[in-house]
Amino acid sequence: MAFYRSHILVSVDPECVSKGAHDIIDQLNDELIHRGLIDEVQVLETSRIGDPTLYGPDMMVYPEGVHYARVKSKDIPFLVEEHFLKGRVVESLRAEIKAFSDEELGAPMPKEVRVVLRNCGKIDPTNIEDYLAEDGYMGLAKALSMTPDEVIDMVMKSGLRGRGGAGFPAAKKWQLARAAQGEPKYILCNADEGDPGAFMNRRVLESDPHSVIEGMIIGAYCIGAERGYVYCRAEYPIAVRTLNIAINQARELGLLGYNIMNSGFSFDLEVRQGAGAFVCGEETALIASVEGARGEPRNRPPFPAQKGLWGKPSNINNVETYANVPQIMLKGPEWFASMGTEKSKGTKTFALAGDLNHTGLIEVPFGITLREIVYDVGGGIKDGKGFKAIQTGGPMGGCIPESMLDLQVDYETLAAAGSIMGSGGMIVMDDETCMVDMARFFMDFTQDESCGKCIPCRVGTRRILEILNRISEGNGREGDLETLDQLCKEIQQDSLCGLGKGAPNPIVSMLKHFRDEFEIHIKEKRCPAKVCRSLIHYEISSEFCTGCTVCARNCPVNAITGERRQAHHIDPDICIRCGICAQVCNFNAVIVN
Amino acid sequence: MDKIKSLDDLKRMREEAMKKRDATTTSGKKQVVIGMGTVGIAAGARETLKAILDLIEQENLSDVVVRQTGNVGIDSWEPVVQVMVQDQPQVNYGKVTPEVARRIIKEHLQGGKIVEEFVIPS
Repeated sequence: MAFYRSHILVSVDPECVSKGAHDIIDQLNDELIHRGLIDEVQVLETSRIGDPTLYGPDMMVYPEGVHYARVKSKDIPFLVEEHFLKGRVVESLRAEIKAFSDEELGAPMPKEVRVVLRNCGKIDPTNIEDYLAEDGYMGLAKALSMTPDEVIDMVMKSGLRGRGGAGFPAAKKWQLARAAQGEPKYILCNADEGDPGAFMNRRVLESDPHSVIEGMIIGAYCIGAERGYVYCRAEYPIAVRTLNIAINQARELGLLGYNIMNSGFSFDLEVRQGAGAFVCGEETALIASVEGARGEPRNRPPFPAQKGLWGKPSNINNVETYANVPQIMLKGPEWFASMGTEKSKGTKTFALAGDLNHTGLIEVPFGITLREIVYDVGGGIKDGKGFKAIQTGGPMGGCIPESMLDLQVDYETLAAAGSIMGSGGMIVMDDETCMVDMARFFMDFTQDESCGKCIPCRVGTRRILEILNRISEGNGREGDLETLDQLCKEIQQDSLCGLGKGAPNPIVSMLKHFRDEFEIHIKEKRCPAKVCRSLIHYEISSEFCTGCTVCARNCPVNAITGERRQAHHIDPDICIRCGICAQVCNFNAVIVN
Repeated sequence: MDKIKSLDDLKRMREEAMKKRDATTTSGKKQVVIGMGTVGIAAGARETLKAILDLIEQENLSDVVVRQTGNVGIDSWEPVVQVMVQDQPQVNYGKVTPEVARRIIKEHLQGGKIVEEFVIPS
């Protein structure tokens, strides 16, 4: 095998080619021959390196790792002489591409198993060759050599369940769409990811978009769809951009489009953007949005598999569901099924947030206990405080108290505990969290996002929010909790879609596990966690105050008065409970009651 | 880059992609840096370089990276070759003829023993 001491990778991204990349390659080779270096330096084509509009035509030289940008034909003789003969980097042509440091995904924590996240942070998502080097599209090649029924069978055996939250068996969904009558069929990817604090899907779309594309092509092959859409929320512009780059590169290589890999199967894909509505994460509302209508859910049946996009059979799955498929094809369903519990196979990504030492994205096999997630993977509660509860499944989930921490994480167990898996957001709360405040926070969110189509959700969530606001302000009344219980039950039963049905979940679970906190707010007008602003007041202890005036100078509303070296005083009528005085005081003289 | 029309095409692209990826990582590899300044070339560094490359190809050494640099400042010792192996301290060789270069590859890189007689005294 010939040994080259240096490699030049020239970008042949279409825009670079239009700027003359092919001529540059020819000239490089000519010049290297002329200089007698052709046996030592190899010129290779590569896909995108830097942004072609800024840097094209560009190239990378290894092993130095130098990036040359905006290279013109006339630069080549000088470049070859300087860099390859004399060993000097040509600074005038050099351009730095900013390297980014990964703050949201570090090295795997103990007990993590990275399947969906395996490539994130390790490959260049704008260069399809990086994905190919990691066995990219080999899963697709395998699927295309089998019949659609055989592929569905394989996915069925793996036990893959939809990762969007409901956990319906993916292969079963594909089977239904395959069997349905109607043409053309469509396949959709739900990349709306609306849960506050959840960013697992975003990470995969931004860092490993091809895993999703490959999964969708395989899915489309199974159900017989020729066209697909990725519905990505508009709040993820980088994900949209990266997806489009990836789709274009896949198309260039013939992995999307007409007659893929000579299999006779044709399929193409396009990105559609959302417009800021949480409800569009619900599959029928999503479909309405793609059709150009207002995002409102519809009655089911008929399900999208029978009558979906434009009334045609459609399959819709979450980003993570598709991202698992190529691995299942390559490594086999037995490998996938070897992880997880009996009914919940494989791994799941979670976004850990809240009062933990280690927050961010994790991926763990099902069956791991909540305690392990909080303490082993999450590193325990920050600042040595105590654990109070963990909220799983976002605004549609429920909170789980300390007594239930040894529950194994899987779809059935979480549902039995009064919560849901959801798309994977987990918020950990320490003992300084007020559950009334948290309940109010979640209801505030879902109330805002309610589409308004059905009364139980539109009016019901508003009423719940009003009651919670009153309780948190100290105006709770006798009978409020009973009203909440009843409202929650009715909304859960009668709402049209998952948003309404799930909106009361946090309240129900908090009333179940932390009812006494609500009662204290109502009966004693007190917030035990000292969070609800109307129920706390800030005081300065004359014992510890030294009269340094730091707090008075920092108070944003000038509520603190006092002479130098004399105990200061906070006027409770002006104080807005922002807590700044407590933060700046060096003597711990500010007390919260 | 041509379209992928078969599993063989895909496999070939994967091989090329992996090769490019390996070409880009220098970590964990042994580095041989040859001084190719004016004095170096005058002293015969090009022949030394050719000898090194030929031997690496012959022996199929996959973990060696060959780089060149300009004048390192010790003209009387040219051709100069610097060898860096993982966390071991850098070794500077001087008056490296093609014959000496071959010894360095065989004894130092492959055998792990520094060729003491040609190390530049500090």
